Amino acid sequence: MTTKRTFYIKGMYCASCVYSNEKALKAIKGVKEAVVNLNTGKATITAAMPITNDVIKKAVESVGYEAMIGATDKEDSLDEKIKKEKTKELKNLQIKTSVSLILAGLVVWGSSPGLMNTAPMILKNMVNHLILASIVQFWGAYDFYKAAISSIKHRLANMDTLVVIGTTVAYLYSAAVVFYPGFFESLNLKAEPYFDVSTVIIGLILLGRFFEAKAKAGTGEAIKKLIGLQAKTARIVRNGKEIDIAIEEVKLGDVIRVRPGEKIPVDGIIIEGDSAIDESMVTGESMPTDKHKGDTVIGATINKSGSFLYKATKVGKDTMLAQIIKLVEEAQGSKAPIQRLADVISSYFVPIVLMLAIATFAGWYVFGPAPVFIHAMLNAIAVLIIACPCAMGLATPTAIMVGTGIGAEHGVLIKDAESLETAHKVKTIVFDKTGTLTKGQPEVTDIIINSKVKNQKSKLQLKSQNEILQLAGSIEKFSEHPLGEAIVKKAEESKLSFRKVERFKSITGKGVEGLVNGKKIYVGKLLQGSKSHSGGEDLKNQGKTVVYVYIDNKLTGLIAIADTIKDTAVEAVKSLKDAGIEVYMITGDNKQTAEAIGKQLGIKRENILAEVLPEEKEKKVKELKSNIQDLRSKIAFVGDGINDAPALAASDVGIAMGSGTDVAIEASGITLVNKNLMSVVSAIKLSRQTMKTIKLNLFWAFAYNVLLIPVAMAGKINPIFASAAMAMSSISVVTNSLLLKKQKI
Amino acid sequence: MDKILVSILGLLSILFTYWFFFMKKQNTVEASGSINILVEGGYKPDRISIPFGQTTKLVFERKDSNSCLEEVVLADFKIKKALPMNEKVIVEITPDKKGEFDFSCAMGMFHGKLIIR
Repeated sequence: MTTKRTFYIKGMYCASCVYSNEKALKAIKGVKEAVVNLNTGKATITAAMPITNDVIKKAVESVGYEAMIGATDKEDSLDEKIKKEKTKELKNLQIKTSVSLILAGLVVWGSSPGLMNTAPMILKNMVNHLILASIVQFWGAYDFYKAAISSIKHRLANMDTLVVIGTTVAYLYSAAVVFYPGFFESLNLKAEPYFDVSTVIIGLILLGRFFEAKAKAGTGEAIKKLIGLQAKTARIVRNGKEIDIAIEEVKLGDVIRVRPGEKIPVDGIIIEGDSAIDESMVTGESMPTDKHKGDTVIGATINKSGSFLYKATKVGKDTMLAQIIKLVEEAQGSKAPIQRLADVISSYFVPIVLMLAIATFAGWYVFGPAPVFIHAMLNAIAVLIIACPCAMGLATPTAIMVGTGIGAEHGVLIKDAESLETAHKVKTIVFDKTGTLTKGQPEVTDIIINSKVKNQKSKLQLKSQNEILQLAGSIEKFSEHPLGEAIVKKAEESKLSFRKVERFKSITGKGVEGLVNGKKIYVGKLLQGSKSHSGGEDLKNQGKTVVYVYIDNKLTGLIAIADTIKDTAVEAVKSLKDAGIEVYMITGDNKQTAEAIGKQLGIKRENILAEVLPEEKEKKVKELKSNIQDLRSKIAFVGDGINDAPALAASDVGIAMGSGTDVAIEASGITLVNKNLMSVVSAIKLSRQTMKTIKLNLFWAFAYNVLLIPVAMAGKINPIFASAAMAMSSISVVTNSLLLKKQKI
Repeated sequence: MDKILVSILGLLSILFTYWFFFMKKQNTVEASGSINILVEGGYKPDRISIPFGQTTKLVFERKDSNSCLEEVVLADFKIKKALPMNEKVIVEITPDKKGEFDFSCAMGMFHGKLIIR
């Protein structure tokens, strides 16, 4: 038996690393072949017998590398690296921020007019100020310098460029004052350094960065949570034995045992046993779902009650969870159209601010009051520091990150930022009927006993609806008609036992008949010549299909069957209407049935599009789209995604329900993992909330810069205040995006 | 006298700033198969021409601790990748549309262009 193992090797940088690792792996006893890929860091060995993890690890270690066995792919090890880097960065930032702020505080204490008198002598010494300020300037702001210099080399400017120029000017001027006070006095300038300006600005901007970094980490939480849902091991049944293996090793067709309280490792179909499964983490559906033999189970969901065996049908990157993660990651990597403008502006922003700062300096120098140099310098610094390109850059992406993340938690998967943006303009929603608004399976809704028969006190009198159901069910058990199935299902649900049937006969286009206890039972259409029952017409008007039950050629009862609407449908339609959305229903059913269902749902009669063939749905959607007068208002189509793909694609926002199939995801902008119709409402709400947040963020970021830069140019802003305002501005944008999490969707 | 000097110098500095940042010569690098992109104070090269319909590996390596650059976004291809320091991160794309497409850091401060030919 040959086995194949795949794992990752950390620390490889060159082709020779590949060679030494391959050599070491081939040297393991039993290994026939070893292939190591430098780009992916992936190693695959083929062996004649199972090789334990320890042996592999030792072999790789012997040549100076580290084997990471069990990591699903390189992303994992990268994720770890990023996590470590982030923690280190935050820690570093925290130290720099606190030290810089303390030093800045000391400088302020020893130099500002009011406080100075209370400060110890040592703090009043300008040379000491220079020392403290130098630490802040070159150690605290080291990263700013590094970033600014490397971008200048590319003839680019960013946030750091502004901070560096602003604080360096203040620092150098102050240092010159300390070294050559006489020179400044000869120019009629007070020999006064501005170390407080340089240090406090750096301290506050570092503080801003620290909070921003912390808050930004919160925006990506949802995806981390999703990745964390994955089970680590699976208990598979092989050769009659149950063994635990790593989830990566589960293969298609493996039989897996899941005990109560355990996580289901991969997607599959139950082959033995039943249970209730909590799928909330993947579908957002809060109630546990009952599952029996033949039902599908989703990996990463939790088995609540029973123990069962199931066959793996999707593993690795094909599982629903993996697909969801991929979708959310892709959405977070996409750009909302609204962001394009912000992008263009921010790419010109910093150089423009630099030019404005130069103009401010020259303007104050030429036209300003004495001492002109000091005014010119401080105001130019204020212009450099108050400008905040970060807020503009953060406004949209942070909100999209949080928005798509919240969506995923509620089973609302958004394909890209554009769909999220379009969805908030939706003013018309077209629902497909069957399978979307309705359950898509016919169900017995009413059973009527023909009282006329009863009143005749015949021997055939039936005591209860259950008896009709029992008789009809016994006969229909032999038929394969969908309506018959509904009757049998209802009888089974009512825990009725089926009677013995003799001489079963199916009369095509009419119904079925057979003998039960010697009586002739017929179930099907109204027999010719037989008198109808008034209840039958009523039921038909409600859009139901009526099946007649005859005993010995006498109409004994009526069974009404209909595709019932989903529990959440009425509420969802109402919520959408309340939100100002026009709701349509599209169906292939006849007008009567469609209108009856529409009435139950509260959909306007003129909004019911009945007798529409499947291939015409797309045309209808396009028609509705062209009828909309207001170009800004958009149309959404909600369907099951399998046969509605053209209609989904034809609408502005296609919403596919209860299906994680690739076709549906491809054709739709939003995929709802569960079948709860309230998710449609959630998706629209989510889109509206996210867009509100983005607009507020962008407004705040632009208004802030547009208003405060001229104010700073006019000399009305102290540079220290400018740095505080700047730090606050980017923090507030990220915080505002995080507030989305608190919104109820 | 000094006021005139400052005015002239100010004007010249503004013109210099404009020239320095906005009048860069743009070099387009043609890539096929694979290309290394250095992430340091921006992207180098920042204009990359790649063939249509073929898979190209963009190998990003970040040498700059600026947190702005910690992620690269190729929005038109729905790709967002974290770039750990000093680590080669491969982004594979097979373009199905022609034209010029922007790529940038997550905050949109640094930009590069992919030209699909």
